[in-house]
Amino acid sequence: MSVRTLTIDDQPVSVEEGASVLDAAKAAGITIPTLCHMDGVYDTGACRLCLVEVEGIPKLLPACSTIAADGWVVRTQTERLQKYRRMTLELLFAERNHVCSACVANGHCELQTMAYSQGMDHVRYDYCYPKWGMDLSHPLFGMDHNRCILCARCVRTCWHIEGAGTKNLAGRGAGAHIITDMNEDWGDSATCTWCGKCVQSCPTGALFQIGATAGEMTREPARLADIITARRKKEWNV
Amino acid sequence: MSQRIIIDPVTRIEGHAKISIFLDDKGDVSDAQFHVVEFRGFEKFCEGRMLWEMPAITARTCGICPVSHLLASSKASDEILAVKVPPAADKLRRLMNLGQLTQSHALSFFHLSAPDFLIGWDAPIAKRNIIGIVQENPELARAGIRLRQFGQEIIEFLGGKKVHPSWAVPGGVRSGLSKEHRDVIVSKLPESYDTTRAALDLFKKVIAEHPEDVEKIGKFDSLFMALVAPDGEWEHHGGLLRFTDSKGGIVADKISAQDYSDHIGEAVQSSSYLKSPYYKPLGFPDGMYRVGPLARLNVADRMGTPQADAELEEYRAAWGGRAVTSCYLYHYARLIEILACLERIEKLMDDPDIFSDHLRAEAGINQLRGVGVSEAPRGTLFHDYTVDRNGVIQSVNMIIATGQNNLAMNRSCLEIARNYIDGPEIPEHVLNRVEHGIRNFDPCLSCSTHAVGQMPMRIQLIGPGGEILDEKRRD
Repeated sequence: MSVRTLTIDDQPVSVEEGASVLDAAKAAGITIPTLCHMDGVYDTGACRLCLVEVEGIPKLLPACSTIAADGWVVRTQTERLQKYRRMTLELLFAERNHVCSACVANGHCELQTMAYSQGMDHVRYDYCYPKWGMDLSHPLFGMDHNRCILCARCVRTCWHIEGAGTKNLAGRGAGAHIITDMNEDWGDSATCTWCGKCVQSCPTGALFQIGATAGEMTREPARLADIITARRKKEWNV
Repeated sequence: MSQRIIIDPVTRIEGHAKISIFLDDKGDVSDAQFHVVEFRGFEKFCEGRMLWEMPAITARTCGICPVSHLLASSKASDEILAVKVPPAADKLRRLMNLGQLTQSHALSFFHLSAPDFLIGWDAPIAKRNIIGIVQENPELARAGIRLRQFGQEIIEFLGGKKVHPSWAVPGGVRSGLSKEHRDVIVSKLPESYDTTRAALDLFKKVIAEHPEDVEKIGKFDSLFMALVAPDGEWEHHGGLLRFTDSKGGIVADKISAQDYSDHIGEAVQSSSYLKSPYYKPLGFPDGMYRVGPLARLNVADRMGTPQADAELEEYRAAWGGRAVTSCYLYHYARLIEILACLERIEKLMDDPDIFSDHLRAEAGINQLRGVGVSEAPRGTLFHDYTVDRNGVIQSVNMIIATGQNNLAMNRSCLEIARNYIDGPEIPEHVLNRVEHGIRNFDPCLSCSTHAVGQMPMRIQLIGPGGEILDEKRRD
């Protein structure tokens, strides 16, 4: 297998052909902020938080879905990138209704943690205050569209880890939203296996267990990656 | 020519408000109105949210009494789940409410109200505050602050933080009390008793020296309402509602939380964002009733603990028997309640249930409506929710203690203004007495309009045509 060698933040790193810039950064021990990326499922470059600069390429590239190339000089922490990351986070907060204090994921939320870590201390844009509802029709799990950032981790998890294909994206732009089957109530879904993997994959309080109160929703998305690894390496005797 | 005097904002209360005093052609007081000038809309924006979030959302109504909302909300939610909370959870919720009553009453007495009657109604404004108390009587100020801290620590020990603990939940509570924290509470009880006793002695001396203040600072007839235990004992987080009158007679008794709307109506007035609840059978505004410490002591047959019962007996013997009607004695009632809280906290500390780990009953949506009632420091607090079969909130009604005192606060301002104002020239200390008429109730306007803020004060003299004739302001 051929190898690609590049420099990330002045640090040389070699990765296998086909590896992403994000993989290369990880190999070099460099953390690039992400929200829509989740180990175990393919990347979509949806959240734009992992944008990096590559010398000689004028536009910013998403590290998760850009294949690393030989000789690239990549920068992940420039002032411009940090400014854009804060801006992206502010736009995510402004787009829907994120009220951390009363949220089931308060204290365990990737969006909240990311905002803290990127130094987002206020939102400069007008909040949209859209009127999104909640789907509490499922006996075990609930969906609050107000807290969804459209990372689609739940969709990819449902299709590619569980293989149920229950969750989907519908609509365009600000009207885009997660749906169940053919836009039905979750509780009426004929395909949902009640596995709860989508809930484990959610970075915010958009998907949760029924009965969870403020700050009670904790998750372990790494367990989903464990399932994929075990499947790939045939660690299960079935 | 008739005039209108406006006090805006009213200071040393919790929230934004102003007072209008209307003078007739002769310069006599014809009316007084207490206006709350903030609006927040909690009842509306909770619609569409889920039941399990309600304690955390409604607790944000106020930073002074989040515990009261947390508990009333959890009770309403228990009704919708149709569960009986585990005994330990009920006792721990009670413990937190006792801590809340203690800390809030201490704040009201030492920080907000005592500067008036300890430093002087006509003392310089710059001195008439908690800093003035620190300068005049540092021991008392320190003790008062520490008593409040004691109540706050109980809240923190249970909920993890003093303000907005997400601890009480539908079906129970999240965590118990540790033995270490129990020991801290026990170790601090003696000092808390001493402070409360000292404050009681002090206030008794104040009113013995100036009994005319008891007559002139808001003494009038009204109904009183509070929760009482089934046996008539003082209650703060359970029991049934009771209305009594100014003669001490029981007007209505054993009203369950679910039936509150048969007895309480809510009037809306154009002069304030604060609604005016009234006792329905008497109509609006004749159905004026008071809630809070004064009402709880009038409504209860007894306190149920020895020290508080002895104090109650002395209080009733001196100031009106089963119906104490002067708003100025809210302070006295508040201190007796702190004593009752301390005795009950002490009793709970010996109850092995408080260390139980069986703290939460779990269930789905079993009822579509739930009403939770709890005694907040300022009076009876109602949370009334309806949900769909999945637990999505369809409607919310919150009736706040301060709202229920709205008609009485208006009446109190009027009585005080009539007693002290004589003509359009109004000395500042008289305005302070009118403001104190509001402070007696320890109103929480953040809660009551579901608003937040602080209050300087403005007074306007307004002629019959609405023109401003004179204005005094302090920020």
